[in-house]
Amino acid sequence: MAPGKDRPAMPTGASRTRAGFLTMALAVGLAVAGCSSTGSPATSTTPDDGTTLTMWVRSATDQFSQRLVDAYNASHKNRVTLTIIPNDNYLTKVGAAAGSNSLPDILASDVVYTPNYTKQGLFQDITGELGALSYRSSVAGSHLAVASVSGKVYAVPHKLDSSVLFYNKDLFTQAGLDPAKPPANFAEILDYARKITALGNGITGFDIAGSCGGCGVYTLFPYAWANGVKVLSDDGKKVDINNDTFKQIFGLYRQLTNEKLVASSDSTQDGSTWPNNFLSGKVGMLALGSPIVGALQQQKIFQWGVTSLMSPDGKKTSTFVGGDVAGISKSSKHKAQAWDFLKWTLDENAQVEIIAKNGDLPGRTDLSGNKYTGSDPRTKFIADGLRNGVTPFALPFGDLFNNPNGPWVETIRGAIYGPDLNKALADGQAKIQSGLDSAG
Amino acid sequence: MLTRAPAGTDSPAADPVTGPRRRTGASAARRSVVGLAFVAPTAAIVAALFLVPLGILVYMSFTDWPLLGSPRVNGVENYRQLGSDDRFLGAIKFTIVYTLITTVVLFAAAFVLVAISNSPRRGTLFYRTAFFLPYVVGTAAASSMWWIDANDQLGVFNHALQTTGLVDQPVGLLATPTKALLTVIALVVWKFVGFQLMVLLVGLQSIPAQLYEAARVDGASTWQRLRYITVPSLRPTLALLTVLSVTGSLLAFDQFFVLTHGGPDNSTVTVVLALYNKAFQSFRLGSAAAEAVVVLVVLVLVNVIQLRLLREREK
Repeated sequence: MAPGKDRPAMPTGASRTRAGFLTMALAVGLAVAGCSSTGSPATSTTPDDGTTLTMWVRSATDQFSQRLVDAYNASHKNRVTLTIIPNDNYLTKVGAAAGSNSLPDILASDVVYTPNYTKQGLFQDITGELGALSYRSSVAGSHLAVASVSGKVYAVPHKLDSSVLFYNKDLFTQAGLDPAKPPANFAEILDYARKITALGNGITGFDIAGSCGGCGVYTLFPYAWANGVKVLSDDGKKVDINNDTFKQIFGLYRQLTNEKLVASSDSTQDGSTWPNNFLSGKVGMLALGSPIVGALQQQKIFQWGVTSLMSPDGKKTSTFVGGDVAGISKSSKHKAQAWDFLKWTLDENAQVEIIAKNGDLPGRTDLSGNKYTGSDPRTKFIADGLRNGVTPFALPFGDLFNNPNGPWVETIRGAIYGPDLNKALADGQAKIQSGLDSAG
Repeated sequence: MLTRAPAGTDSPAADPVTGPRRRTGASAARRSVVGLAFVAPTAAIVAALFLVPLGILVYMSFTDWPLLGSPRVNGVENYRQLGSDDRFLGAIKFTIVYTLITTVVLFAAAFVLVAISNSPRRGTLFYRTAFFLPYVVGTAAASSMWWIDANDQLGVFNHALQTTGLVDQPVGLLATPTKALLTVIALVVWKFVGFQLMVLLVGLQSIPAQLYEAARVDGASTWQRLRYITVPSLRPTLALLTVLSVTGSLLAFDQFFVLTHGGPDNSTVTVVLALYNKAFQSFRLGSAAAEAVVVLVVLVLVNVIQLRLLREREK
C-alpha cells in the first residue's frame, strides 16, 4: 500500500491547487515584499539622477515594453527594471501589492481595467505634468478618457492597438474580386466570403473566434458603434446589445457559419490561435487588429490589404482602441524620475523610432504620418482610424466580457451557434446588465 | 543474579521494582522531548502553511472581500448566497457526474491493463513502462498537449482519424459538452491509469503464490480463485484507489482549466474551477472562500466515510 500513501489526490494536481489557494493570502505578502521600489534612498526632483525605477507590465506588451525600457536605459542615468507578469495574474498581483503599498514606481494596465485602478486611487495625479507637454492635445484621447476621473488624468497611453478588417489580396484575385476593393458593407462581406470559400482547398472566406469574449468585444462592438449604438453607456452602468444592430451583426456571423464560409474549428477558437489561419494564407477576410501588422509585414506568402470595420450598411466605420496605459503608482517615491520615463516614451523620437518602426501604432495622433507609416500606407490607414475609435468602459469589464465563463461569451455562442438568436441576445442583455448592476 | 546482570537489555519484567524502570521512565521522557524536537519543524510548517491560511480562509468567507479595496465583514451572507448560485450548484452536479464516470472508467481500464501487465508473457516490462509513462507528465502539461492534439486543424487525433479513414471531416473533440467531457475523461484515464495499474500490481504480487497453489490442488476454478483469493486480498488496495480517485476527481481543476476553460457553454465547470473563477475572474474573494470552505467540509466528510468503509473491509 505504501506507494500510494503519500501521493497527492489522484486525477488532478488538485492538492496543489488547494494548497495554492489556501496559502495565497500568506504567499502574497511574501511575494510582493521583494518587488517594492529600491534605488537611491533620498527623494530627488532631478528627473534623471540615476534612480532605479521599477515597472510592471502584462505579458501582452512584453516585447513592446522591453524595447522602450532598453532604449531609455541606454540613453539615461535612470534605470528602469521591467517585470513582465502573465496577463491572467496581473490584476491579482496588483491587488495584493496595492494592499501592502508595494506597487512598482510605474504601473501599466490594460485600458479596459484602468477604471478599477483609478477608482482605488492606485495612481498619482499627473494632470499638471501632462498639461505642460506641447503636444498634450494629440495624446490618444480614448486612452486618456478611461484614465481620467473628474478631470484629473492618472495615466498616459503606453501601447495602442486598433481593430480593423484585413483581407488577402491574392485570394481576392483568385476568386475574381478586385484586390483594390475591400468589402464595404455586410452584404459584400457575405458575397465575397462565398466566392472565396468556393476556391476550395480548405480555404475559407472569413474567420470567427467563436469562444473568445475579448475577440468579440474587439471586433463586434465597432460594427455597432459605427451604426450609432453605444453598447456601453459612458458611465459604464448600462449595456445595450438586445437591438436590431446586434441582430444584423450576429445574423451575418450566423449565416457565415451556417453556409460553412468559416472553418469548422472556429466554434472552439478561444483567441489563442486566431490569426494563424489568416497568416498562413487560408482565409479571405479577418476582423482583427494592429497587433498582427508586424507579422503580416514579415510574411511573404500573400499580399494583404486593410479596411475599417463598418456599420452593416457600410455608411460609417469605427474601431476598438485597445492597449495599455501607464501611470505612476501611489507607492512610488520617485515621481519626477518616473514621469521622466513616461514623458520620454511619448516624445517623438520614441514614438517614431521605436514604436512606429516596429509596426505598432503611435500614441499620438499628430504622429500618424511618420516616415515608417509613410512607407506603408496601410499602417497610416490604421493609425488614422484611431480618430473615430472608442474605448469602452465598465468596472467589471473583465468578468463580464473577457471571462471565458462569463455572460458575453455565452451570448456570442448562443447568438451564432444556438437555436434562437433573439433569445440569446435578450438573455445576454439581462445577464450582463445584472452583472453591471451588482458591481455598483 | 541472573536477572540483574542484563538489566538494561532484558525484559523490564525481570526487575519490576528498582533501577531499570526508573531509567526507562527517564529515557522515555528524553525520547519524547527528542521526538517533539524532530516533529517541531514539520509542525511549524504545517501551522504556517496550512492552519494559519485555513484560519484566514474561514475569516475571508465571512467577509465581502474584493481584490482591490478593503474587505467588509458581512456575516453568513456569502454562504446564504451559495444556495441560489446556479454556477456553483451546476458545478457540484457536474463534478459528481464527472467523478462517478471517471472512477468507473479508470478502474475498468486499469483491470484490463493489469491483466496484460501481470502475465508472464514477453514484453510485459515494456507495456508496464508504456502504461506508466503518462503519469510522470504534469497534469497541466498533459492538458496543454491534449489541447493541441485535440484541435481539429492541427491536432494528431484528427489527423490519425482521417488517415485511417474513420472520419471524413475533422471532428471538433471539444466542440460539444458531451465530446468535451469524454475528451477530458480520456485524458484523465490516459494519464492516471498507469498509477492505478502500478498500485494494483503491487497488491496482486503481494498475494502469496501458495494460496493459489493450494486452491488449485483443492480443485478451485479460475473464477473461484479470483472470487475467493484475489478480490478479498486486493480489497485494501481497491479501497485506497477509490479514495484517491474520488478525492482527486472531486478536486479536478487543471485539465478543465487548460483543456476546456469550462466550456463549451460552461458545460464543464467543476467546483474548483467555479471557485477559482469567482476569486480570480470576478474578484469576489469572500464568496470564493465560502465555496472553498464548503468544498473542504464535504471532502473531509467523504474521506471520513470512505476511510471508515476501508477499515471495516480490513476487518
